[in-house]
Amino acid sequence: MNRPALLTAPLLLFLLLTFVAPIGAFLWRGVTDGEVAPVLPRTIAALAGWDGRVAPGEPAFAALVADLREARQRDASAIPRAAARLNADRPGFRGLLPMTARRAEAPFEGTARDAVLAISEEWGEAETWGAIRRAGGPLSAFHVLTALDLRQDAAGSLRAVPEDQAVFRLVLLRSLWISLMVTACCLLLGWPLAWLIATSKGWPATVLLAAVMLPFWISLIVRTAAWMVLLQREGVVNAALGGLGIGPLPLMMNRFAVVLAMVHILLPFMVLPLVAAFRALDPRLPRAAASLGAAPWRVFLRVTLPLCLPGIGAGCLLVFIQALGFYVTPALLGGPNDQMLAWFVGFYATRSVNWGLAAALSVLLLAAVGLCVALYGKLAGFRRPGAA
Amino acid sequence: MARGLAWVAAVLVALFLVAPIVAILPLSFSAGSFLFYPLPGLSLRWYQDFFGSDFWLPALWNSLLIGSASAGLATLLGTPAAFGLWRMRGAARAVAMGIVLAPMVVPVIVVAVALLLTFGPIGLVASYSGLIIAHTTLGVPFVVVTVLAALEGFDPVQLRAASACGAGPVSAFFRVCLPQIAPGVAAGAIFAFATSLDEVVIALFIAGPAQRTLPRQMFAGLNDSISLTTTAAAAMLVGLSVLLLLVVAWLQRRGRTQAGG
Amino acid sequence: MHRRTVLTGALAASALPTIARAQGRDLTVVSWGGAYQDAQREVYFRPFQQQTNTRLLEETWDGGIGVLRSRIASGANTWDVVQVESEELLIGADEGLFERMDWAAIGGRDAYIPEAVNDYGVGAILYSFIIAYDRARTPQGPTNWADFFDSARFPGKRGMRKGPKTTLEMALMADGVQPAQVYQVLGTAAGVDRAFRKLDSIKADIAWFERGSQPPQWLAAGEVAMTVAYNGRISAANQTDNRNFAIVWTNNIFTLDSWVIMKGSPNRAKALEFLKFVGQPAVQATLPPKIPYGVTAKGVNERLPPDVLANLPTAPQNIASALHLSDRFWLDNLDRLTQRFNTWVSR
Repeated sequence: MNRPALLTAPLLLFLLLTFVAPIGAFLWRGVTDGEVAPVLPRTIAALAGWDGRVAPGEPAFAALVADLREARQRDASAIPRAAARLNADRPGFRGLLPMTARRAEAPFEGTARDAVLAISEEWGEAETWGAIRRAGGPLSAFHVLTALDLRQDAAGSLRAVPEDQAVFRLVLLRSLWISLMVTACCLLLGWPLAWLIATSKGWPATVLLAAVMLPFWISLIVRTAAWMVLLQREGVVNAALGGLGIGPLPLMMNRFAVVLAMVHILLPFMVLPLVAAFRALDPRLPRAAASLGAAPWRVFLRVTLPLCLPGIGAGCLLVFIQALGFYVTPALLGGPNDQMLAWFVGFYATRSVNWGLAAALSVLLLAAVGLCVALYGKLAGFRRPGAA
Repeated sequence: MARGLAWVAAVLVALFLVAPIVAILPLSFSAGSFLFYPLPGLSLRWYQDFFGSDFWLPALWNSLLIGSASAGLATLLGTPAAFGLWRMRGAARAVAMGIVLAPMVVPVIVVAVALLLTFGPIGLVASYSGLIIAHTTLGVPFVVVTVLAALEGFDPVQLRAASACGAGPVSAFFRVCLPQIAPGVAAGAIFAFATSLDEVVIALFIAGPAQRTLPRQMFAGLNDSISLTTTAAAAMLVGLSVLLLLVVAWLQRRGRTQAGG
Repeated sequence: MHRRTVLTGALAASALPTIARAQGRDLTVVSWGGAYQDAQREVYFRPFQQQTNTRLLEETWDGGIGVLRSRIASGANTWDVVQVESEELLIGADEGLFERMDWAAIGGRDAYIPEAVNDYGVGAILYSFIIAYDRARTPQGPTNWADFFDSARFPGKRGMRKGPKTTLEMALMADGVQPAQVYQVLGTAAGVDRAFRKLDSIKADIAWFERGSQPPQWLAAGEVAMTVAYNGRISAANQTDNRNFAIVWTNNIFTLDSWVIMKGSPNRAKALEFLKFVGQPAVQATLPPKIPYGVTAKGVNERLPPDVLANLPTAPQNIASALHLSDRFWLDNLDRLTQRFNTWVSR
């Protein structure tokens, strides 16, 4: 191995252990299912050839009883874990599986089918068994499908979940929409600022640049806090409006507050690449076009804009990528229907033991980000990471 | 005329950027407890509250400790790596660069949950080490990028000259290269420190009550009840940020004069 | 030489956190934040630390059995003693999330009122979900749940707790269901639909709170015209912040919280010591004057002055029309209804 590679090795090893591997292992949970198979191996095997239309026959019931009896002997904590996974597919399983395991312990007369159905009627429904088969693993599309509001029924056909239970497509669109709005606002507000910073000289340009750099350095939580203080019902803005005889207005816990604060936080990421692009622009080109008789809007559209496009694209993507992953600001300033993908990742990871879904949502989030990074690479190239 | 309009717009946008931060700072010196103006009087009671509470001061110390440790670790790992990357070429460099810069673009919530699930079973959740490691991961790209930028202004011929004079590669790096890129290394360390100082989400997910950092405590405060103590904490974070900004600006100027001279 | 300095530096840097970690973790007690935890800190946490010389760390949470489940399942649990709601106690006990309560170590079962005794937890406080509004802003406030859901007669935002528990019961009572019939109706699919339909009628006006400290704060700031709240925090705001908040006790929802010890806690002995301390009648008697919640040790009420007793949810005039929260119902239905509620609320 050569020396330069050797110098980077410690860092790469560190990142492999603390970044690449943990994220890989986490995302892996989004496309695999490992909780149910160790508890119900025979049941899953017995369901292999089942058509999924009506509840399976006696062999599957017998396998279920055998599996549950053995699981209770071996590792009692595995049953709740398997139940939690099945519950994510079919609510009710969290109680059903442990209860069935408890009751099936006792010896019974007659068929396993009758005995299990006596424990709960739920076992007579095809979808109960379908949930077990879907969770059989090792690879599984269940979580990713859930994250797209899709599900596979026991017979194997794919359909959208009922309208009143669909939420994730809405959340994905909402995240994209908020990010897009923020990006557009940043571009609109950042343009004149960047243009003047790039083209003026002396202290006014320095003051403007300082106005961009200062918030850039100030902690995100502080800036979010500032907006919370300003936008409170009894906050600075409403007090000022009250002086004018307006309000008080509900300024917080809504989409407006989220977008406003996000624009404030992300604007420097738009301005700095724009400044770089405008500075790199040869001022003689638009001047030449103008002297050849082109109208100002024509100069802008045909000369300035095309020359700055890579810088604009870079700024937009930089803002968009970061906006997509926002967690803290919407959590503090938004209402329940302003939360973005990141909030749901956190929710399913820590408030509902559904790591598979959290991982699948992360896959969606990362896919969106990856797409943007690829675009960024095409537009700006990876030669100047300093712009980030 | 168009330029005049642009100036009006730019000044308004600059105000939009700075005003919210400036507007909340005086509130922390209020003698009352309202979150609006005019202030009923001036006092330091909210700062007294900050320094007297069971939560805020330990959080400040935690932030400084975790920030320094992770910045130190990031610099130790990042500086040689940047030097290596500077001399690497081709696909290996692109892959290494991709891995090193990935923490900048991967949404931090994904990192936080992944670390929670990885660190939990091995006892690194609710520990200083866990948080320091996580913050190092986030800070290291900034060190690498800044040091790489400093190396752009360094002429590799000097290394060959040093080795011609009998210096080994290690001592050539320390005697010839490092002094010249030192401002860049220092700036990188400050970036890493600032990254840790800014970080909320990972602290939210993997810190225990003993490791609560200042931003984490602020998040809790904002969620629970916004008191003016929170604005006092915000004011102190702003002060710290301005200090860091000034140091970096000074270092960058020094780096530039050194590269020029 | 340089290489050696770098190496020792790196070693020192990596050893530092290891040292910090080797000290182990202090007893961590988790409660509900805000005025309630402030009161607990004063009468429970600080005296306990001083008298036993044990360091105690505080944490705040806002409930949810999923939080406890994922802490245990991820192996990343850092909590020792947690105050949980009644159905969380039952579910957690059932799923093995808690250590068995060592009653002998905390004074014996007979030292507590019967409702407070469970194999896995000991009762902490008795409290009620009530309607609160600010008399300073709304002289003629709501008088029952139907008023609370009547945004034509009582315009403005209303705070409710983000979750199905208590929210669905309130919606049904507002829709004319008698308290005695609430769980019967809620046990049917049609009853659940009915509750959600009632909620739909004021969905745009609801501000959802997650922490118990939020309702009094929102009332004080005028963010909401009225709110669901925990009775104690409203009284505490009246007492300490000189507010003039009104409490509507009609059909309040009455329940209790318990202390549990998390499964596998390395601080089990310290945790029991803490619970023994806060179980003493003399110590418990100092809580209600700070925040009017009922406490669980026998013989406390005799120590309390009548004006404090009258503010407690257990006072005869307050509990007369109360709905007793059914932990059994929520044990069976919490997951299903939480899922439905979360989908409904985030759309």
